[in-house]
Amino acid sequence: MTEALVARRRVLLSIFFVGLLAAPIFLKQPSAFRGVGSETDARSSALSRYGFFLEEVAHSANIDFVHHAPVLDAKLAPIMPEIASMGASVSIVDYDRDGWPDIYVVDSRDGGKNALYHNLRDGTFKDVAAELGIANLNRSGSGVSTGAVWGDYDNDGYEDLLLIKWGRPELYHNDQGRGFTRATEEAGLPSWINANTAVWLDFDGDGLLDLFIGGYYSEDVDLWHVTTTKIMPESFEYAKNGGRKYLFRNLGQGRFEEVSEKLGIDSRRWSLAAGSADLRGSGHPDLFIANDYGVSELYANDGTRFQEVGGQTGIGFAPKSGMSVAFGDILNSGRFAIYVSNISEEGILIQGNNLWVPKEGSSGKDLKYENLAGDFGVELGGWSFGAQFGDLNNDGNLDLFVTNGFVSLDKNRSYWYDFAKVAGGHSSIIADVKNWPAFDNRSLGGYQPKRLWINDGAGKFAEVARAVGVTETYDGRAVALADLWNRGVLDVIVANQNGPLLIYKNTVEPQNAWIEFELEGVTSNRSAIGAQVTLYWGGRLQVQEVSGGSGFAAQNQRRLHFGLGKSDRVDKAVIRWPSGKIQMIEEPAVRQLHKLKEPA
Amino acid sequence: MSQPVTATPSPKLERWRSVLNFDNRYLAPVLITCILIVGHLSFGILESYEKTALAIAVSIFAEIALGKIIYGTWPHLASAYITGISVGILLRSPAAWPFGLCSAISITSKYVLRIRDRHIWNPSNFGICAMLFLAGDKVASLSIQWGNNLWPMILIWLLGSVIVWRLRRFHITATYVAAFFLFAFLRSSITGSPLQAEIAPITGPMYQLFIFFMITDPKTTVRSKLGRCIVVIMVAMVETVLRLNEVVYAPYYALFIVGPTALLLENWLDWYKQRGHTGGSGIGS
Repeated sequence: MTEALVARRRVLLSIFFVGLLAAPIFLKQPSAFRGVGSETDARSSALSRYGFFLEEVAHSANIDFVHHAPVLDAKLAPIMPEIASMGASVSIVDYDRDGWPDIYVVDSRDGGKNALYHNLRDGTFKDVAAELGIANLNRSGSGVSTGAVWGDYDNDGYEDLLLIKWGRPELYHNDQGRGFTRATEEAGLPSWINANTAVWLDFDGDGLLDLFIGGYYSEDVDLWHVTTTKIMPESFEYAKNGGRKYLFRNLGQGRFEEVSEKLGIDSRRWSLAAGSADLRGSGHPDLFIANDYGVSELYANDGTRFQEVGGQTGIGFAPKSGMSVAFGDILNSGRFAIYVSNISEEGILIQGNNLWVPKEGSSGKDLKYENLAGDFGVELGGWSFGAQFGDLNNDGNLDLFVTNGFVSLDKNRSYWYDFAKVAGGHSSIIADVKNWPAFDNRSLGGYQPKRLWINDGAGKFAEVARAVGVTETYDGRAVALADLWNRGVLDVIVANQNGPLLIYKNTVEPQNAWIEFELEGVTSNRSAIGAQVTLYWGGRLQVQEVSGGSGFAAQNQRRLHFGLGKSDRVDKAVIRWPSGKIQMIEEPAVRQLHKLKEPA
Repeated sequence: MSQPVTATPSPKLERWRSVLNFDNRYLAPVLITCILIVGHLSFGILESYEKTALAIAVSIFAEIALGKIIYGTWPHLASAYITGISVGILLRSPAAWPFGLCSAISITSKYVLRIRDRHIWNPSNFGICAMLFLAGDKVASLSIQWGNNLWPMILIWLLGSVIVWRLRRFHITATYVAAFFLFAFLRSSITGSPLQAEIAPITGPMYQLFIFFMITDPKTTVRSKLGRCIVVIMVAMVETVLRLNEVVYAPYYALFIVGPTALLLENWLDWYKQRGHTGGSGIGS
């Protein structure tokens, strides 16, 4: 080969090389870190472009609740902001059965009061937690609240309260909406769980709601009186030194039996979120657990036992920082996708959130998932926490709301460098708080905007948060969706760590129709948790399931909300009750709530 | 100097020797494959099989294609294999394209960024730095540890040390590690950060690859033993400066800066000496 030829080829190669270096500019999709829409989009513009607009109305709704983080043992002081970074929670319940959703939120400060906002039906709420006996639940020595889920465990028609804590979990019986009676002792709940997640489910189909609680820190750690500073995860991707899991089988008469190990749930991963739904079409609710510092777990339920199938289904391969679990039939295919939030920080840690979509042709015992978050455009949120699916513009496709932000302190100083430095170390280093550099008022993944992705129904989501009015950057934790004012639209409620509770009132393009179902079990558990409604309209179908808790430390309204787009007619609704009964409603009227009781 | 062996080995011993004395160029690929297998079987370190396979495939394909196009020869693929695996392990991204692109950039850099027919950046170091600079919102690098089990880490450290010793490059690794600890102590003194926090990074897998593969790369290190030791001390020093400025990927960037600088300096010294002998003109003349 002549030198001239080699030289010519080198020139071409250099051009090729420059092309390679420029390639990221073209290969990158518009960055989610920057592409948060225009702040200037006005309500009318948002309505015409996206079909809805959200307006934050907490104060005018008479809600001025602010969450406070716990103050833990002084030995944890160097990284207190990191350790005390969770606790904000929101759950929706109609505790008095008046047909209007109420809101329960928790505080995580010693002595802080939880609040139950009773819906006054006029656009405002009133905190009735104190008079009903479920406000002052963060008393010193008993730990502090980190979440609440509601379920009618004794089938008396009223939703009861399960309060989880970094501390003693509490069960409160709802006395027909007039007050609450502590039922913790009778239920046999343990004296201490450092829990961040709980879900009501009827795993054995006996018509009585059972209960799952996932531990985060080990249950022998009292964060106010630590005996050692070695309380941190042994690894940031493979940790198995977290809290244990609890599965309480409801024995009736307000008594529960702990059966987790006996039934195959034996994990000490650091659980942050759990959700339950029948993912395999078996008729039994499966259990999905999103774990921090490791892989997620999927427990397949055959009605008598659970088997962990995360590895074989594909969801248990890549360890991330799972913080939320939400199920949604995003492709209107009659199958649930699963959204799990994780951490992404530009240039430092790009885990990406996961959207687990069932693989074509896989089902039942051979169910396989693939992560299509990147393809669908819902991958990069930030330091993501709570996420929920819901049709926010009533166009017939489920949209996705994701909260973000970890610790927002000094805006100009970041803890990321120190965090990344230690997180890469050996367990003997990272597991001990005293080896961590002091936080020193720095931020870590702070001041991050929320993401609101609207679904085009064909596999693409578009980020519109700012454009539709979601502009705040508090450290979001829990998000819940509910039709707060019975208008046929889903409003959004966001609980922020060390921040205010936000109520986003939704205004939806009125041409889009909707339909809602409120189910009441008879043979099945009365809350109808686990019941599935498959709606058929205009050649489309969508399945939704009544949930006993989802997202991060959150619970949506019990009723199921379907957007219908421009269709003003529904062909049929097929209800599969937890008991296995199938009920079909032909042509249910649209633009109204249907209250259905399980047929005898 | 060691004495030559005069005894005649037995045929059996010869056979064993021929088995054990395989081409040194395969040692590093064997080690990195071990790291991959141990790391993945112990903890599942790979982002995904597909992405790692893509990184390796693109790396090897690029090496073959460029070697043939530029030099008209079939290149040895050990180096490309190491680059591909390094990219597969060290790069983290939910998307697949960064793995292929990083490998392509890494290998192509070897053929483009050359001085006196010698490439001056360690390929994977260049590729990963390029991706972190150019696609920081899509990629990150491995920055987590493997877990609480010491044995995989000890195994890799031992195996790695034996292999780099065998390749006569243990002095590079040892010098860098010693310098790292000294500078960690210095950083801890300056910042008030716990010493364990400053030491933490070197206990992670990213550093194992960095120490055994990147800084010891024969093609991108200077010729003299003393020079190599000085260079890695400089790498550790620049790394410390970057760390004091809270740069997360300080070791990559330090090598990115110091490695080529050292080679350019060596080239300049060669030219200077040559000019001293000949009284002639500059490089390439």
